[in-house]
Amino acid sequence: MSGAIFLAWSIDISFVALMLALVLAFIRLAKGPTLADRVVGLDMMTTLIVVFCGVFSIIANDRTFLDVALVVALIGFLATVALARFVERRLNRRNREEQS
Amino acid sequence: MSDYITGILLLTGGFLAIIAGLGILRLPDVLVRMHASTKAGTLSAGLVMAAAIVYFWELEVLFRGALIVGFLMLTAPVAAHMIGRAALRTGAAPDTRDLTRNPRQ
Repeated sequence: MSGAIFLAWSIDISFVALMLALVLAFIRLAKGPTLADRVVGLDMMTTLIVVFCGVFSIIANDRTFLDVALVVALIGFLATVALARFVERRLNRRNREEQS
Repeated sequence: MSDYITGILLLTGGFLAIIAGLGILRLPDVLVRMHASTKAGTLSAGLVMAAAIVYFWELEVLFRGALIVGFLMLTAPVAAHMIGRAALRTGAAPDTRDLTRNPRQ
């Protein structure tokens, strides 16, 4: 098997694996019993989209998609931190309403 | 030769992504599920970025890949710590079941 054919096959296989992992993380996002489960699933999906951008830059032979991956990683971190703080703040507000 | 290295790195990254997905779906608890999402997911991202670096083999791609992987490795523990603290405060108790197949008596 020559190098180019092996590379094409491994790109296809890793693409399918990434899509499967995205579907599994989405099932956790839709199903998750608590809000923290959903935040974990969303964080995982962001990391997988960064990986997807890396694979797609190899498929398209275009290194611009690596910039997209960097920006998605930045925004995903901000979203995760904001959601985690939202979960905590909602709990604090509920405690304060019970006290008053 | 670089095609084979790229392919093997891509296959390992996809395999780790599937492991992370299975872990996030099948593990029993929020605090356990975070392990799959942060560790296996970050390692998968690192392997795929290494594949891109080997495939393009240029200095700017090397810088960008190193930046992405370094940023992910810097932020994944912080994000996981914040989610874990929020989950613990909203009442997710750590699961203390014995998860081994044949627990020793």
